[in-house]
Amino acid sequence: MRRRDFLKVSASAAVGGGLLLGFGLPVRSEVRDTLTTNAPFAPNAFLRIDRAGKVIFVSPLIEMGQGTYTSLPMLIAEELEVDVDKVAVEHAPADDKVYANPLIGIQMTGASTAIRAMYVPLRRAGATARVMLVAAAAQRWKVDPATCRAENGVVVHAATGRRLGYGALVDAAAKLPVPEKVALKEPAAFRLVGKAHRRLDTSGKVNGSARFGIDTRLPGMKFAVLAQSPVFGGKLASIDEAKAKAVPGVTQVVRLDDAVAVVANHTWAAKQGLAAAAPQWDAGPNAKVSMTDIVGQLARAAEKPGAVARNDGDAARAIAGAAKRIDAVYEQPFLAHATMEPMNCTVHLTTDGCDIWVGTQVPGLTQAAVMKLTGLKREQVRIHNHLLGGGFGRRLEFDGTVRAVQIAQHVRGPVQVIWPREEDIQHDMYRPYYYDRVTAGVDAQGKAVAWSHRITGASIVARYIPASIKNGVDPDAVESSANLPYGFPDIHVDWVRQEPPSGIQTTWWRGVGVTRGTFVVESFVDELAASAKHDPLAYRIAFLDKNPRARAVLQLAAERSGWGKPLPAGQGRGIALCTGFGSFIGQVVQVSVGKDGAVSPVHVWCAVDCGLQVNPDTIRAQMESGIIFGLSAALFGEITIKDGRVEQTNFGDYRVLRISEAPRIDVHLVNSTEAPGGIGEPGTSCVMPALTNAIFAATGRRIRKLPVGDQARAA
Amino acid sequence: MIRLNVNGKPRDVDVADDTPLLWTLRDVLNMTGTKFGCGQGLCGACTIHIDGQPARSCITPVSAAGGKRITTIEAVGATAAGKKIQAAWLALDVPQCGYCQSGQIMSAAALLAATPKPSDSDIDTAMAGNLCRCGTYPRIRAAIKKAAGVTDTGA
Repeated sequence: MRRRDFLKVSASAAVGGGLLLGFGLPVRSEVRDTLTTNAPFAPNAFLRIDRAGKVIFVSPLIEMGQGTYTSLPMLIAEELEVDVDKVAVEHAPADDKVYANPLIGIQMTGASTAIRAMYVPLRRAGATARVMLVAAAAQRWKVDPATCRAENGVVVHAATGRRLGYGALVDAAAKLPVPEKVALKEPAAFRLVGKAHRRLDTSGKVNGSARFGIDTRLPGMKFAVLAQSPVFGGKLASIDEAKAKAVPGVTQVVRLDDAVAVVANHTWAAKQGLAAAAPQWDAGPNAKVSMTDIVGQLARAAEKPGAVARNDGDAARAIAGAAKRIDAVYEQPFLAHATMEPMNCTVHLTTDGCDIWVGTQVPGLTQAAVMKLTGLKREQVRIHNHLLGGGFGRRLEFDGTVRAVQIAQHVRGPVQVIWPREEDIQHDMYRPYYYDRVTAGVDAQGKAVAWSHRITGASIVARYIPASIKNGVDPDAVESSANLPYGFPDIHVDWVRQEPPSGIQTTWWRGVGVTRGTFVVESFVDELAASAKHDPLAYRIAFLDKNPRARAVLQLAAERSGWGKPLPAGQGRGIALCTGFGSFIGQVVQVSVGKDGAVSPVHVWCAVDCGLQVNPDTIRAQMESGIIFGLSAALFGEITIKDGRVEQTNFGDYRVLRISEAPRIDVHLVNSTEAPGGIGEPGTSCVMPALTNAIFAATGRRIRKLPVGDQARAA
Repeated sequence: MIRLNVNGKPRDVDVADDTPLLWTLRDVLNMTGTKFGCGQGLCGACTIHIDGQPARSCITPVSAAGGKRITTIEAVGATAAGKKIQAAWLALDVPQCGYCQSGQIMSAAALLAATPKPSDSDIDTAMAGNLCRCGTYPRIRAAIKKAAGVTDTGA
């Protein structure tokens, strides 16, 4: 569709006729201040207004808790001049062109991009519609559009007091040309954006009516429970199909090469059937793989130079000539996502099409994977997206949908495939294990003169978006390390790719490269400050003279925390800075370490400069969320592998923070007119080193390997 | 066939005695507000009330609920405590992804019904079995206090 053809009139539109607007979204140059990629932009279709004046926003991004189903409608409503509480939100269909995330180039919700990507396009979408509705009213009244204004879903002609609701204008507006340019409000004129607004999706989430993928119910639907080879790369050897079928309600057993599913009239029967089937497995080549092998491979790989991500000056020489050399190795474990909604997918496969009901961060990629598996055409594969019961990167993968379709290929009628929690934990695609070697040279006063950092680990980018590998460097793996915020004189950063044994799949996990890199950088800077016997805040500030926003959030968090004031014995404060996703986060964690080594985060102060704010309450919520998520990982999170299989099984041995363990959290927002930044992930990235730095302050014990576990006990 | 009393209505279900209420509600009665999270009573997402007491429906067999009053998220708003809790959840925008919130609200409503002015310690005890991966804990605590009319000191 050409940009001039955006406007389509469709009397048979699903919304009952009216104005169906597709929008020519701005070209790259118009939003270059927030862009980090140059992916192509295609015409889009976000907004429909029906004859009753109802505004429907077709959201290209999915709601997974981060508040986009409120903040994105706010952007539309701000310029369209409607009541945002009355905007209905619909999940967009799968379409990697029409509904592409402009910062990523495909239809993806992730990487803390929602506001950065849509801040301008959705305001333009709203403004364009408003201008056309005003023009339609002016035409009818035979007055100059400039004498009319729009407010709360109505066009008003002030001089005569005439008023027409949007619903009465949609047919006329649909016949008008789409304006090439529309003026957007100056931020000072915002009535909605920048003010805390109640979420639009809360009522369904408090009365049980919100629909997640797992809540799909269809006539005649069967329920299937899945078991996959517990050893990565293993195969199904045998099952007792007769015993499975003897369980009342079981209708079918589906054998796959490396998995089995029992199909039944309800999930419990399927579960019982699977237990009765007692699947036996051939372990395959990974039967003896353990963490010792995996970490040993990483440590050996880290001995050799890698692809250079940054090289300022001559760090090796500066370190050799420095008054003192400081070395450290940091290790960060495999992590599961453990979304509260376990993996699931409902499929109805027929000879002429496939319907998929699932919650996904990547509808287009999921559709493409199903097309590849089934041989069906694009228009035959329909992805019905849902609210996500947690994403965190897990639902950037479509392995669960592929599994479900493999099973559905053997089942007549619709089938819901559920992963028991144990499958969800043991067959996740994990945050990679990282092994980081860092060295600094410091002068006689302890001030860093050179910094050298080698990152070793798996590359998600190489599998997921290989075109992003530049000069052999994975930009995600070196994020926050290559572009660390501190102005050290000589800096060398390199990256060594080392994949785990085949079958152990890795993927994005909240904060991805920023989370990995921030832990190492902020821990090691803290070590340098301690070595120099300097205050950790002052030591950081000294290297931030060219980074005022970073400096300001650190100082604000410190000030609010009572930084420097005495604490009771066994308590300590740790500070950390996170710069990523276009935002600046400073955090102070106050921790209490018991005589038995038990670590309790008591209080977290979080200062946020994410540029211009759309919904401040969502920013607060995302910081609270990120902090709790990061504390769970830093304190307990660890997936370990023994004899080729994951040792953890459920929330009993893959612990997450409980309400009784959660600290008090104070979030302080910095007013800013800078371009909006991302807020979904940096809260998580920042809190991990702030916590371990606090443990150091309390005990003198430096945590170089996550999770903390009982390491403070040995202090 | 087992007769259940779900949200004040008799419901006859044809499932084995050991079938957990969770799957009976979700898969047989198509009441999907009650959520599956762990299957072992470890996360609280499946919390319902049986005779007003919170119970993990994923480990409660239907045979244990015969003749008792089962209340789910779909009807908890009809109870005084449940109505207050839902209103407080809305006022403070507690949910994020929302998946665990049915269970959180059922546990909180049971707490409020039993302990109209809960202390922080009461909240910890009643709510520690309800996990949330989005980290809504600070708002859950504040919302329970709001519903109870207890001053939130932010602790």
